[in-house]
Order: sequence, then structure tokens, then C-alpha cells
Amino acid sequence: MIRRLFIANRGEIALRIIRTARRMGMVSILGASEADRDSVPAKMADEVAIIGPASSAQSYLSVEAVIAAAKAAKADAIHPGYGFLSENAAFAVATADAGIIFVGPDISSLHAMGDKLMARKVGIEAGLPVVPGGAAADKEAARARAEETGYPLLLKAVSGGGGRGMKRVDAQQELDSQIDLAMAEAQAAFGDSRVYVERFIACGRHVEVQVLGDGISAIHLGTRDCSIQRRFQKLVEEAPAPAMPDDKRAAIELAAVNLTRHLNYSGAGTVEFLVDAETFDFYFLEMNARIQVEHPVTEAITGVDLIEQQLLIAGGAALSLTQDMIQPLGHAIEVRINAENWQADFRPSPGTVTRAAWPAGPGIRIDTHMTSGGEVTPFYDSLIGKLIVSGATREEAVKRLGSALEQLSIEGVDTTRDLHRAIAVDERFIAGGVDTRFFEGLAA
Amino acid sequence: MSNDLPLSPEDVADIVSILDGSTYQTLDVKTARFRLRVARDGDGWTQEWDFSDDIPDVAEPAAVDATVEDDAGAIRAPLPGIFYRAPQPGAPPFVEVGSAVDANTVIGIIETMKLMNPVHAGASGTISVILAENGAVVGKHAALMRLA
Repeated sequence: MIRRLFIANRGEIALRIIRTARRMGMVSILGASEADRDSVPAKMADEVAIIGPASSAQSYLSVEAVIAAAKAAKADAIHPGYGFLSENAAFAVATADAGIIFVGPDISSLHAMGDKLMARKVGIEAGLPVVPGGAAADKEAARARAEETGYPLLLKAVSGGGGRGMKRVDAQQELDSQIDLAMAEAQAAFGDSRVYVERFIACGRHVEVQVLGDGISAIHLGTRDCSIQRRFQKLVEEAPAPAMPDDKRAAIELAAVNLTRHLNYSGAGTVEFLVDAETFDFYFLEMNARIQVEHPVTEAITGVDLIEQQLLIAGGAALSLTQDMIQPLGHAIEVRINAENWQADFRPSPGTVTRAAWPAGPGIRIDTHMTSGGEVTPFYDSLIGKLIVSGATREEAVKRLGSALEQLSIEGVDTTRDLHRAIAVDERFIAGGVDTRFFEGLAA
Repeated sequence: MSNDLPLSPEDVADIVSILDGSTYQTLDVKTARFRLRVARDGDGWTQEWDFSDDIPDVAEPAAVDATVEDDAGAIRAPLPGIFYRAPQPGAPPFVEVGSAVDANTVIGIIETMKLMNPVHAGASGTISVILAENGAVVGKHAALMRLA
């Protein structure tokens, strides 16, 4: 039973967790950096603990600072959100050592899925198909791996997630410079510069399965499709994955549940697959042992509050949901509104938001921490809000997306709104089932 | 613990459903914690939240100042963020005082919103002064180094 929940995150996800925690009768304590002292989540939390300066290395990424603040606040659980320390096994260990519940899977699951190499190995053990590739500690090793996989290939941070430290390399002469960048980003974002080389499957879709487990039983909450990406940053996510044969969808969902059971997984997780857009053959990529940015689309079609499930399971309850109780209804689409100038190579656009008018109405959900007068700081990522639309059919959801974007108005910083308007009227998107090349083919 | 819960997305959708069947144009809700304005906008509706209160703003972190306005020799930050002089911790800096550079030489990296953005010298010359140290928080256009 959790009574005092410490939230070791910021932005929209911190606010999202506060909302459910309060509904469940928990006291929410936000661990905020100095830069976020006046943020909306800080105003909405019951209590605020300052964990350090603006730089995330000294605040949101500092195991010592977060644990010290949670102990001082007498928290009995820590919700890590996504990113930052959410999948850091050392953090989970330190949390347990401090006598605090980590809202996330067991340490053994974090180790198993903590880096992409281990995840592959475990995936193979659980009987899931994987993409050809392997680890590379330095440039020499990467060149050798590249010989095996051929071009184009992907460089991924071994400890990575969310597309950080991930680079596509089309030809050998680009390899050295891309490795430098990938390793630097990996080091900065995850404190681990190791990279991983993998064959790039050109005509692939990114399909993932939301799972819940309590260490004994495991269920899935259907698929999400996140194929609309730019440089491996997801832009649009939807649930369920559109235009996929029922038997293939069932096979992917079953594979995800098999992995969850194999791990005796406890909590909410996402099993990611690369799906061939033509044959629907699928390859296990990794399992994200945390709540995902795009979780609201699953919530919209299943009616399940995933944060609540995380908190219940972390509090020691057995899974109260059964597979039969999950009957997805309708279709949901999420677009990420980022403070970026998408027409200038997605240059970050920090600054003051002079006006934030978000769309409202039936079938529209906004998850945001950004209000008029709010500050987009340069210290953290560029996500300022998520627009989630749902409808009885995909067609209805797509139409609602287009009209909701007309109402959305953010002034003071550049945003990706107009990119999403272009996507919403793109014929390929309207038809559904696009692969990860969608963005390259987007009419400017 | 205050009981004025932030309204959920479902609450906002319900409010709009009610208003949509009426002739109202806007609805303002104000509590001790927040103000919400729901307003008609063309064929749809918008929601605007305000959580402002009397808490004074936290001072901005001391950013490296862009004082040298007309310094033609300055290499400036293309965007705000955290300035790094080396590709990774422990690695040698990209450039030192005395390094010869051309327009495309990378002299450092600025981390903005988790992205590493290379900073190019922008002109040929020799680095004469380093103004921003490794790890410094820099504002947009802040002078980072000077070329001679």
C-alpha cells in the first residue's frame, strides 16, 4: 500500500502521475530541479522537494540526489516516469536499499532489458525472433560488425531508448563520424557510450505491445503503431496498429505475453517489434520496462488507467485484470507537440510560451504541463504536450485529429503543430499502415 | 492537501459537450489552484489553463553573457543550452587557445533539449580566448570563444 508517492520526473508525465496518485488517495511529492520549481506539476503536487540544479546530470539523473530527497520526504514509493532514471537498475537497487518501493519491474527484469544486447539474448531465450546485429565497443569493432550486417545499418546506444544515440548509416564513409556522434549522445544521455550495430530493415513498421504483469500472470493491452518517426523520434502513435491481419496481430501479442511471462515480469511494460510492412514478419527489438510517452492511446481504447495499474502492482496487489476483460474499442491517435522548428531541421525552440490554447471536446485528451506564460527550458527534452484523439473508427479519429489541430495554438515558441497538420491530410496516413519511411516521403 | 483536483481530460470533454449545446462562448472556472477557460473557436473549442500565483519566479541560472555586441571575432552560441568543449567527458577538448581553425571546425557542442549540436568556428583563424568553460550554461548568441 503506497501512501506517499515520490515522483522523480518532470513535465507532462509528472502531472499525469500526480493526477492518478491523487485520485487513489496518495500524497504526491514532486522531486523537481531548480529550473522546475515553478512548473505546473510543482504547483499541482501536494509537496515539492528540490533535488538539484537545472542540469539533469545533477538532478533528475542523479541517483544520490533523488534517493536523498525521497528519504527526506518519507516517501514509501518512487515513480520514475519515463526517461531519466526510469530504467536504471542501479537506481532501482538504491531505491530498494533505502526501503522504498520502486514503481517498476523487479531488478532482474531491468537487468534483462536494461541494455539492448541483454534484451536480445533474453528475447531469443523466450523464443522471439530478432534482427541480425551485435555490439561494438569502438570504431574498429563497429567496422567489423558493419561488414556482417551490411548497409544501411543502425547504430544504437546499448543503454538507450527513445531514439537517443541512434543513427542511421547508409555508407561506409559515414560510419566513423556517426559513431562519434552516437557515442557522445549515448554518453550524455545514458552515461554509457557503448553502441550496438544492427541491420536496418528499410520497409519496417514499429509496432509495440502494451503488457501488464504481476510476476505470475501476464496480459496484453493490444498493439500500438509508432512508425511515423523522424530520426527514431516518434512523432505520431496510434492504437491499435492499423492495417494488420488479425492472425499476425494475435501472433505479436502472444509473443509479447510470452516474453512477459518468461521474465516473471511485474508492472507495466512495452514490448517493441520491427514488423515487415509487406509480409508482417516480426522481430523483437526490446522491452521498455516503464510507462511510455504514448501510453494514452492504449488507455483511450481500453479504458484502463495504466499509471493506476503500475501503482497497484507496485503496492503488492495481484493483477485484477484478466485478458478477457480487455476489449479494445475504437481507435486513438497521439501526436507529440514539441517546441521545435520543424522546418529548420527541427531546431529546438526554447523560450516563453506567451499563449497556450489547447483543443478541447469529446474524444480529445491533452496531456501537457505547458500553460500561457510557461517556460520551455533548454535543459530537458522538447515535448510540451500531447494531443490524443479517439473515435469509434480510425477514420473518425483521423478526422478529429485534423479539426483539433486547427484549434491548437501555441505562441512564443515554434512547435510541430503544422507538421502534424501536414501528416493529418497525407493520403498515406489517411489510408493507414505506413512504414518508418513515411516521414522522408512527407510532402513539404 | 487541497481538494481542488485538476480537472481530468474527461471532465473537460464533458464541459465542452454541455457548452456545445448552448449559446455560451466561454466558461471560466477558477479555484485556489488554477483557472481554466474553455472557449468556442470556430467549429471547435479550446482550453487554456493558468496556474499562476504569487510565488516569485526563480532567477534564471547565470548564463554566459553576450556582452560583446560587435565583436566580429567572437564565436557565438547558435542556441541556448549547456556548452561542452570535448566530445565526451575525459576526452581532450575540440580546440585550445592557439588552435588553428577554419569555418567548419567544430569548437564545441551545445546540449539543448537533450540534443548535441556541434558549434562551428564559422571563420578561419586562431583561437585567442576561451570565454565559456566546459559545462557552462550559455544563452543564445553568447560569445563562446574569440578568434584572432
